[in-house]
Amino acid sequence: MTAPILTINGLTKAYPGVVANDDVSFSVGRGEVHALLGENGAGKSTLVKMIYGLVKPDSGSMTFADAPFAPSSPQEARSTGIAMVFQHFSLFEALNVAENVALGMENPPPMRELATRIREVSDTYGLPLDPNRMVGDLSAGERQRVEIIRCLLQDPKLLIMDEPTSVLTPQEVDILFQTLRKLQSEGTSILYISHKLEEIRSLCEGATILRLGKVVGSCDPREKSARELAEMMVGTELKTPTSAAHEPGPVALEVSGLTVRPASPFGTVLKDVSFSVREGEILGIGGVAGNGQDELLGALSGEMLSEDDAVKLEGKPIGRLGPNLRRGIGLQAAPEERLGHAAAPDMSLIENAVLSARVRQNLDRNGFIDWRKARDFAEQVIEAFDVRTPGPGNAARALSGGNLQKFVIGREILQSPKVFVVNQPTWGVDASAAASIRQAILDLAVAGSAVVVISQDLDELMEISDLFAALNEGRLSDPRPARGLTIDEIGLMMGGAHGMEVAHV
Amino acid sequence: MIHLEKRPTPSPLWSYLTPLIAVVATMIAGGLMFALLGKDPVVAIRTIFWDPIFGEFAFYYRGQLLVKAGPLILIAIGLSLGFRAGIWNIGAEGQYIMGAVFGAAVGLAFYPMEARWLVFPLMILGGALGGFLWAMIPGILRTRFNTNEILVSLLLVYVAEQILASMSLGLLRNPDGAGFPGSRNLRQYESAANNELIAGWGMHWGVVAAFIAVIFAYIMLSRHVMGFNVRLTGESPRAAKFAGVNPNRLILFCLGTSGALAGLAGLFEVAGPAGQISIDFNVGYGFTAIIVAFLGRLHPIGILLAGLLMALTYIGGEAAQASLGLPAAAIQAFQGMLLFFLLAFDVFTNFRLRLGREIST
Repeated sequence: MTAPILTINGLTKAYPGVVANDDVSFSVGRGEVHALLGENGAGKSTLVKMIYGLVKPDSGSMTFADAPFAPSSPQEARSTGIAMVFQHFSLFEALNVAENVALGMENPPPMRELATRIREVSDTYGLPLDPNRMVGDLSAGERQRVEIIRCLLQDPKLLIMDEPTSVLTPQEVDILFQTLRKLQSEGTSILYISHKLEEIRSLCEGATILRLGKVVGSCDPREKSARELAEMMVGTELKTPTSAAHEPGPVALEVSGLTVRPASPFGTVLKDVSFSVREGEILGIGGVAGNGQDELLGALSGEMLSEDDAVKLEGKPIGRLGPNLRRGIGLQAAPEERLGHAAAPDMSLIENAVLSARVRQNLDRNGFIDWRKARDFAEQVIEAFDVRTPGPGNAARALSGGNLQKFVIGREILQSPKVFVVNQPTWGVDASAAASIRQAILDLAVAGSAVVVISQDLDELMEISDLFAALNEGRLSDPRPARGLTIDEIGLMMGGAHGMEVAHV
Repeated sequence: MIHLEKRPTPSPLWSYLTPLIAVVATMIAGGLMFALLGKDPVVAIRTIFWDPIFGEFAFYYRGQLLVKAGPLILIAIGLSLGFRAGIWNIGAEGQYIMGAVFGAAVGLAFYPMEARWLVFPLMILGGALGGFLWAMIPGILRTRFNTNEILVSLLLVYVAEQILASMSLGLLRNPDGAGFPGSRNLRQYESAANNELIAGWGMHWGVVAAFIAVIFAYIMLSRHVMGFNVRLTGESPRAAKFAGVNPNRLILFCLGTSGALAGLAGLFEVAGPAGQISIDFNVGYGFTAIIVAFLGRLHPIGILLAGLLMALTYIGGEAAQASLGLPAAAIQAFQGMLLFFLLAFDVFTNFRLRLGREIST
């Protein structure tokens, strides 16, 4: 390998109370696919933002293509030859592909010319994309292509990809990887950020592992096992959640022909969703984000109403009951968004305990809240779920993501619901907190509750589910026993490649 | 370089401190303004803030304090519920007018019957109903058609003013008034008068109602589920929905309550200090109450204090107009400054000021 394209030397960036990057050094070779590996909060994003000119480092230096490099803005980084595909797309749904690409360019050529260039690039790299289609009609995989093509039009020397596969089905991931390999063969370097270990092992030639802002190791991921990588990333041995053997009981939650229109115009319509979960059983629902997960949780929690018969708890129709009436008969839910949905950011943990525990824990009498009882319950949750906080009087937003998630999940589980529905139980949570949340979900099922886990993390679902189904454009596939499902079968349940063509490389 | 940095949690110290700092800053900036107008700023400030309570004519002004503070507090308490929940009723002035019109109409309908036990309570109900109904218009339009309650409630103020004018010239005009606009004077109608309960204190039933509203609002917000839902909705509407709050019902509750309280304020005013329905009956209490609500941190006790302070600037302002010849607009600007500084200093509740250069590479 010749001289590296990007060398990073002792980059440090501190925010009040936390050092996001502490003396980070590594380099990316020309034509190398280099992985940046680390848990949420390890400092990957900050590091990448410094490379892309979004954040200024406190100290340290970078060289790019043998010249000193200190971008003060993304424009400067782009003109030097760095392009970045963000995890969250910045696209306008009401504009077409070419218009969206033009919006991200410094000096866009005339539309017709741009459309031709988009076609050229998409043909060359096996990313078929019609420049005239509306972005709103595209699947997540296709939207990502728009972002990638926008980058490729700049002819970058280094392409940064931030968690690119979190929105893709396994089949779409395959297509993406073919494109990346083709880019690599032409000499483009790629900095690939992820915490998905198998991907990194199959794609990357080098890896730098970050933990708590520091480089804790570098390796050739092809020579390590996924477990070894994970332990480097987490720093401790990982415990796999276990479940005691138990027999499922009668059907607790039955959903049949559930069709719900979303409240917002950008939501997904749930179409004819049917499944049933027995006591002691865990149903895992996979699928790419935005395929109806929020709506399904809303329809089950009671935030969105449906036909009375569409949702039944222990045979009793509850489709028209609101959240508190459902809680009253034993259905508890935990939404995905911790701050602003499951919990109110500026309210204390005590008040947040009242939020969803008032009914089942009798935290009020004649409408008057018993704050002492509420505090006791909040303290119970904090104690039982090892929530790290100075006390229950602290505001929810002062807690770290993992701790707040433990609180939110614990608040529902401690009420021993008959049915528990949770969306993205471990999203953005560190590995040890994630493991304890999964364990708690398993324990709840062993104790006889029916559990529905909606998640984008397939590994998580395979680890804890008895049954697996996938949401795709508001439709739910037939649930199948999770044991023995192959990744290919799961991918097909999730909608396969969503009609995307395979790259012609 | 100066930059602001978000605090992990809002500072409780600053949230109590900002109203005080805002008052001081208003005195300084107001003093400057008075100086530019060619008045001695120290004298002007003293005339506004000191003389009404401790000056030579304090015996007169002290009574006025409660008269002015009563409606301000009553309206602001209602508004604060909505403001806490993110429901912006800007049209309390209109609801105040309609409460006065309805209440006075009830009273005048019974004229000259002598049954205070019947007439006065019915007038109170009428006043509350008038404000409530007027506030239901933006409420129902919002819940039904998703219109903006800020605009609708504000514009309805001007409609209410037209109705007020039409009433004082037409339906409610005093038949014995020799054709002059304006209704009969309710203070001269024994069964309907809302007179001072203790002579010289300025304490009338409206002030009593304001104190009761403060206590009820305090208990509701701190202990009752309804108050919890109001606060939760303001914090995060999605979390409120998750907690089982029906957003439409909450909007109607907040608008209805604030409308009814504003209507009550209007009724007590028209039957008491103002005495009659007239074209220029409303003097802006409904708008000033918005300042009072924010100055009081949307907290019932805070609103009580803020209402008294605001009443003081009204009275002191009038005194300053009379004795120093300050223009009325200067007093209004002075009151406006108070809200301006309050909102400006409020930044420090959520943000921390950092001095120093960012290290550049």
